[in-house]
Amino acid sequence: MRLTDDLIETDISAYLQKHEDKSLLRFITCGSVDDGKSTLIGRLLYDSKMIFEDQLASLEADSKRVGTQGENIDFALLVDGLAAEREQGITIDVAYRFFATDKRKFIVADTPGHEQYTRNMATGASTADVAILMIDARKGILTQTRRHSFITTLLGIRRLVLAVNKMDLVGYSQQVFDDIVDDFYDFADELATDLEIQAIPMSALAGINITERSRETEWYDGPNLMEYLETVPIGDKRLDAPFRMPVQWVNRPNLDFRGFSGQIAAGTIKPGDRIKTLPSGRQSTIDRIVTADGDLDEAFAGQSVTLTLSDEVDSSRGDVIVSADDPAEVSDQFQVRILWMSDTPLLPGRRYLLKIGAKTVTATINAPKYGIDINTLNDVPAKTLELNQIGVTTLSLDQAIAFDPYDENREMGGFILIDRQTNDTVGLGLIDFALRRASNIHWQAIDIDRAVLAEQKGQKPAVLWFTGLSGSGKSTIANALQKRLFALGKHTFILDGDNVRHGLNRDLGFTDVDRVENIRRVSNVARLMTDAGLITLVSFISPFRDERQMARNLMADGEFIEIHVDTPLDVAEQRDVKGLYKKARAGEIKNFTGIDSPYEPPLNPELRINTVGQSPEGAAEEILNFLKEKGFLAD
Amino acid sequence: MTHLDRLEAESLHILREVASECENPVMLYSVGKDSAVMLHLAMKAFYPSRPPFPLMHVDTTWKFREMIEFRDRKAAELGFDLLVHINEDGVRDGVGPFTHGSAMHTDVMKTAGLKQALDKYKFDAAFGGARRDEEKSRAKERVFSFRSAEHRWDPKKQRPEPWNLYNTRIHPGESIRVFPLSNWTELDIWQYIRREQIEIVPLYFAAPRPVVNWNGVDILVDDDRVPEEIAKTAVIKSVRFRTLGCYPLTGAVESTAATLEDIIQEMLLTRTSERQGRVIDADQSASMEKKKQEGYF
Repeated sequence: MRLTDDLIETDISAYLQKHEDKSLLRFITCGSVDDGKSTLIGRLLYDSKMIFEDQLASLEADSKRVGTQGENIDFALLVDGLAAEREQGITIDVAYRFFATDKRKFIVADTPGHEQYTRNMATGASTADVAILMIDARKGILTQTRRHSFITTLLGIRRLVLAVNKMDLVGYSQQVFDDIVDDFYDFADELATDLEIQAIPMSALAGINITERSRETEWYDGPNLMEYLETVPIGDKRLDAPFRMPVQWVNRPNLDFRGFSGQIAAGTIKPGDRIKTLPSGRQSTIDRIVTADGDLDEAFAGQSVTLTLSDEVDSSRGDVIVSADDPAEVSDQFQVRILWMSDTPLLPGRRYLLKIGAKTVTATINAPKYGIDINTLNDVPAKTLELNQIGVTTLSLDQAIAFDPYDENREMGGFILIDRQTNDTVGLGLIDFALRRASNIHWQAIDIDRAVLAEQKGQKPAVLWFTGLSGSGKSTIANALQKRLFALGKHTFILDGDNVRHGLNRDLGFTDVDRVENIRRVSNVARLMTDAGLITLVSFISPFRDERQMARNLMADGEFIEIHVDTPLDVAEQRDVKGLYKKARAGEIKNFTGIDSPYEPPLNPELRINTVGQSPEGAAEEILNFLKEKGFLAD
Repeated sequence: MTHLDRLEAESLHILREVASECENPVMLYSVGKDSAVMLHLAMKAFYPSRPPFPLMHVDTTWKFREMIEFRDRKAAELGFDLLVHINEDGVRDGVGPFTHGSAMHTDVMKTAGLKQALDKYKFDAAFGGARRDEEKSRAKERVFSFRSAEHRWDPKKQRPEPWNLYNTRIHPGESIRVFPLSNWTELDIWQYIRREQIEIVPLYFAAPRPVVNWNGVDILVDDDRVPEEIAKTAVIKSVRFRTLGCYPLTGAVESTAATLEDIIQEMLLTRTSERQGRVIDADQSASMEKKKQEGYF
C-alpha cells in the first residue's frame, strides 16, 4: 500500500497536477502456467491498489472455491479473464492490464508462454519497452526461457528482466540465483549484443522483492521489481531518428486547406523543414503543424498531428512523409522474417495482402530460405511456415513502398499479412533489407515485340484457361478446339496438366503448397507463349481461385479467358477415365481434388461449359464462337 | 510524452484508421463520461475537418432525462448528425425495468435495439467507449473487435494487433466494434476530462436528489414511471452517479463530491469498482463475456 500518496487526501489538486505528467511504460510478461506470472501481475495490481473491495470480495470467494492457495488469496484468479481459461486454468490470449504508481502508469501485456501461443507473445511484445521473463528458481533456464527471450528480442525489446521466481522454495539461495543468471548471460550473447538485463530474485507468492527490498535476500543489492519498473529509462530511440510520418488520412475540410494527418513514426519536424513524400519522391517544405489545440512549433515521434505543405504536393493515404535530407528507402522486394499466425500454412507463391503503416499492397511470398527453431535458435530447412513458425524469406510487392529496416524502426519495418479470402491476419513480418535484384535485372528491350509477333500470325494472342475437376473433360475439349483452330490456320499450343508434370513440374506433388507452385510456373510459361503470339490452351484442374487470379493478373488485359468446364463431381466420378477417383476413394491417392482436397469454382468465368448432354465438339464450337465474337480470330 | 499524451495520440490514430478504411462508420454515443472523451478525441482527430461519421444513441427510453438533454445539446453544438434509435417492438410491448426486470429490459431495449440499429443503417464499423480495465473479459478484447453477420463475438477468432497495425477487412454483413479508449483507465479518463475541460452530464456531480431504495441500490426518482409504492419512499440525499445508464438500473452513491477534483479524490479513496453500480453484472462472474458473445456492446 506504499504506492499511493498522502496528497490524495490532503491536497487533491496538487496530487493531480503532479500526476498529469506521469510517463507511461509498456511491458510484457512471459512465462508459463506454473511460473507464477499471473500471481505476479495479480500482486502488482493488488499492491498498487488497483483492486477494489468488490473485486477483492469476489477474489476471496473464488480463491476458496477454485483457488490453488488454500485459504490464502490466489492472485492469479484476478487476471485469468475468459471463462474458458478459468476452466482450463490457463491463459489463452494476450490480456492488457493497467496500473499506476505515483511515478508511472503501466500497461502490461500478459501473454501465455507455451509454444502454441508464440503469436500472442509476439503481438504483446510488438509494443513493449521491457520484457519480464519468469523463471522458476527450482528449474532454471529452460527451453521456454530461450524461446521467450528470442521472441521478445526478435520483436525489438532490448531491456529484459530476469524474474527468478519461487526463491522461497530454494531457501533464498544466492548460489541458485547466481547459477541461473550466469546460465542466462551465456545464452543471451546469441540473441543481441545490446541487451540490458536486470536479474531479480523474487517470490511473487510471498511478495519478496516485488515492491520492497526483502530481508530474505540480503545478499541481493539490486532494485526490487517495482523500483526497476518505475525508474528504467523509456529511451525512445525513435526521437533521434530521421523524420517519418505515414499519411493516414488526407484532411480536406474545404478547398483552401489540404493537410496530411498521421502519427509520427520517427524523428521531429518543424515548419520550414524540407521533406519528401515517398514513394513518389516529390519535395516540399512543412508549412504548418496543425492540431485542434493550435499550431505547434515542433512535433515529434508518437504524436498524432496534421501537416500542411508549402507546395501543392499530391499525396494520399499510405504515402510516407520523410526528411528530405535523410529519406527512407523505397523498394518492392525484400528479405523479411515472418512469424506465421494462421492454422492454414503459408502458401509460397500465393498472393497475400501486406499492410505496413497506412499502406496495403499485394505481396507474393517466396518459399522460405530457412526456418528458425525457436527453442534452439538453429536454422532448420522449411518449405512453408506453419502456425507459430518463424522463417526467413523474400517477398515481392505489386508496388514499391517506403520503409526502414525493422531493427531501426518498428513502425516503418513491421507489417502484417492478410489472407485475401478469409480476411484473417495470418502473419507478422519484419523487413530486414531490400533486395537489389529487381533493379539490377533489367528487361531486355526487344525490337521484335509481342505485337509484331502476333500480327505476323494474324491473330490476337490469348490464354484459354480450362479449369475443372479431374475427368471433367478439359483436355478432351481443349484437344477438339485446337483441331478447329489449326484448321483455321491459327497458331496454338496446349499446356496439359499431366504432361507438364512429367517435365517442368516433375518435382512437385499435390499438397496445397505444390499446387500453388505448379500453377505459378505454368502461368508464367503461358504468358511467354502469348508474348510469342500464340493462342495457348491451358488444361489444368487449378482448384484454387487465388492462383487462377494470379494467372489472370500475369496476362495482358483481356488475354485471359477462364473457361470453367463445369462437370458435377458425381458425373466426373462416374466417367473416371483414368480410374483415379476409385483410387482416391480407396485412400490410395491423397489430396485428390473433389475428394479430400477442395475445388473452388470460378465466380465469374468468361465461359462456363456444361458437358452433360453436350459433345466435346459441341463445346469446342461454343468456345470458337466466343473467340470470333471477341475478335481473337479476325484476319 | 506524458501518459495522457500517449493515450490521446493512440486514440487519434485509431479513429483516423477507421475513417480511412471503413465505408460506413458510426460513433455509438452513450452520453456518459467515456463517450464524452471519445467525442472530444474525434473532434481532435479530424480537425479542422468535422469527424466523417454520425453519432448514434440507442435510447432505451429509460435514460436519465438530463442525459437526453445533454445529448441533444452536445450534438447540435458540435454539428454532428445524431441518430437516435429506439426498439419500437420493446416500446409496443411495454418493456421496462420495473415490469420486466433488468435482464429482459437490457436485452430487449439495449442489446436487441443496438443490433436493429446497426442492421438498419448498415454500419460496418461502430466506435464504442469501452475500456479494457472495466472488466476481466474486456482485458482480452482487441481494439478492433469483429462481429459476425449475426453480431456474435468469438473470443477464439480475434485478430492479432501487433504495433499499431489494424486489419479492418470484413466480409459483407460483418461489422467491427472499435474501442479507441481500450488502453485508458478510469483515472486516465477523469484526468483527461480535467485537463481538457470536457463537459460532462451534471449527474456525475453530487447534488441533493430524490432517491428510493430498489433491489438494494439507491436509484433516482427521475420521472413518474417509478411505481407509486416505491416512489413514495423517496428521500432527498446528496448523491452522484459513477456511471450513467437507465436510471432504474443505475445505483447512486452518497457523496458530496461537487467538483472534478472531489470526484477524482473520492474515486482514489473509495474501494469499489465502477461497474458495481450496474445491476446487469451482478448475475455471475462470466456474465459480461456471455452478453458480449450475444452482441451486447
